[in-house]
Amino acid sequence: MATVSLKKLEKRYGATSVVHGIDLDVADREFIALVGPSGCGKSTTLRMIAGLEEISGGEIRIGDRVVNDLPPRSRNISMVFQSYALYPHMTVKENMGFSLKIAGRPQDEIEKRVVEAARILDLGQLLERRPSQLSGGQRQRVAMGRAIVRNPDVFLFDEPLSNLDAKLRTQMRTEIKKLHAKVQSTIIYVTHDQVEAMTLSDRIVIMRDGHIEQVGTPDEVFKRPATRFVAGFIGSPPMNLVEATVDGGEVRFEEGASLPVPRQFRQAVSAGQKVVFGLRPDDIYPSGHGIHAGEAEDIHVVELPVSITEPLGNETLVFVEFTGRDWVSRMLNPKPLRSGERVDMSLDLSQAHLFDAGTGRSLRN
Amino acid sequence: MFARPLSAPADQSSGMLFFICLDDMKNWKPSAPTLLLLPAIIVLAAVVIVPLALSLYSSFTPFRLTKPETFYVFIGFRNYLNILTDRDFWVAFGRTVLLLTVALNLEMMLGLGLAMLVEKATRGQRLLRTLMMFPMMFSPILVGFQFKFMFNDNIGLVNNALQSLGLTDQAIPWLIEGHLAFIAITVAEVWSSTSVFAILILAGLLAMPKEPIEAARVDGCTPWQTFRYVTLPFVMPFAYIAMTIRSLDVARAYDIVKIMTDGGPAGRTELLWTLVGRTAYSDARMGLANAMAYFSILLSILFTVYFFRKLAAARNQIGAEW
Repeated sequence: MATVSLKKLEKRYGATSVVHGIDLDVADREFIALVGPSGCGKSTTLRMIAGLEEISGGEIRIGDRVVNDLPPRSRNISMVFQSYALYPHMTVKENMGFSLKIAGRPQDEIEKRVVEAARILDLGQLLERRPSQLSGGQRQRVAMGRAIVRNPDVFLFDEPLSNLDAKLRTQMRTEIKKLHAKVQSTIIYVTHDQVEAMTLSDRIVIMRDGHIEQVGTPDEVFKRPATRFVAGFIGSPPMNLVEATVDGGEVRFEEGASLPVPRQFRQAVSAGQKVVFGLRPDDIYPSGHGIHAGEAEDIHVVELPVSITEPLGNETLVFVEFTGRDWVSRMLNPKPLRSGERVDMSLDLSQAHLFDAGTGRSLRN
Repeated sequence: MFARPLSAPADQSSGMLFFICLDDMKNWKPSAPTLLLLPAIIVLAAVVIVPLALSLYSSFTPFRLTKPETFYVFIGFRNYLNILTDRDFWVAFGRTVLLLTVALNLEMMLGLGLAMLVEKATRGQRLLRTLMMFPMMFSPILVGFQFKFMFNDNIGLVNNALQSLGLTDQAIPWLIEGHLAFIAITVAEVWSSTSVFAILILAGLLAMPKEPIEAARVDGCTPWQTFRYVTLPFVMPFAYIAMTIRSLDVARAYDIVKIMTDGGPAGRTELLWTLVGRTAYSDARMGLANAMAYFSILLSILFTVYFFRKLAAARNQIGAEW
């Protein structure tokens, strides 16, 4: 069990810089997720922590050791790869016991720890099989088993679920969460799937173009996104983000429509300021059909035409035309709506966000 | 003969038979597939089946090229019995197996090393791959001449180099002393064919997924352990394919030996096929030579079966889907 700390960590390939000096402190036993779109440097960061990529600058500490120049085998870490990376010529048992065998542990200890890991991961009947005889989900469990038998300081997961189908992914997500509860160790988990990041982790690190955009608990990054990018990246369907200008007490959109400046931002904005107005689909709904209905405090009602609807059973996504584009809204206890029908939409401005149009940073104090 | 009356009692039955046959022939309508395959069957029979059958038959005769009539004397297994009790034959047989073992192992080790080096090259890998193929582009006869020159005791490059480096002041009789000649032949054989192993193993290395190697590094393996436990098991099937191909090649080794030593000195580098060739053409004892040849083919078949078994096991082990 250990902390992990990155200081001014950099990675360059020749003249191209892919990770630009990031700082991050991971607490002992914390589950931290690195998320971001493809090419944001999250996997590279993880591979640098593992020692599979050399670092071009900065410092990595695991526990109280600087591990910059240590080979992977001396870092006491385990890694689960996207493609499982099982050894094809070994049985499940040999795969799981391999690291212990290399470390020269006695046979009976290897046996004991493999059986224990197999019990945790429900792999008991598969121990004598080869990877080619297993399904995707089983292979993934073996890969995790191989990681846990070593009892490492830190677990590194590199998009472990992205090769699985949707159903299996949900199931394995739960298993990873259970696993963390059982083994109680530090986990750094790379994913491009925000749902995995939100559901699994204690804290989320959102990365973009080799920079960290925000570090926070799932609740923080969802409710108080630090930048326009985070606001658009976290949440599904994504937040409605529209460019506007502050004009007196109003946020004026290009197409002429306007909304009052949300109360929480009145001190933060000045007249003529270019901003991006953001509102989650949860905070705009046909009146009487919202999540916050009844408790919301800053409701603004506008009559808007429905463009299309996407029924999902327990809820319906309603696309309404506003400010010259479609805004997504979430209607609970759905009622049937027709395209073109005009409905009263409640906009909960107490949940709205404003970002600086230039820097993209939140204007929230 | 035609004047003989058909009603003659002695001939009547055979004549009847003849007509019945002719009658049958008229009604015989071969099916379309038979008809369509007939040209191929005829060609195959002419160039493969008949010569094979004749050579197999001749191995049961004392057939000598100089006495054609001996082709019709059937002597059963006497040729085979002669071979099995012939010391020279068994020595050549043993030497061939030895050459196979030594050459294949050396080629395997060198090819593996070469492939690993080329795989590590980040620049100019294509060029290296092409260069690696060069020895395979030369006719074995030319390779034989080249090494015959290099190992020449007077003017050869090898002795020249050894003497210039001060390692020896003798003219080492590379192609004249039996053991040295065997070494010289092995060197030529290995030089010309290591690239078969290198190319096939390189193909294996390039096809190998990189993640298990990274997993092994994280699991605590040193570079040697990564090679031993992860890389090697993966490329072994490729090495076995090369072994199968090369075992057939070496088991019929003829050209390089023929040029370099011609089985000499005094038969000390005689291999199976140089012996077969000599018996057949110099001694003109074709029947005996064919018997040797059929026996030798057994050796090739045994090696092929052995390596195919190894290949199947290795493929199964790495869970290959081919």
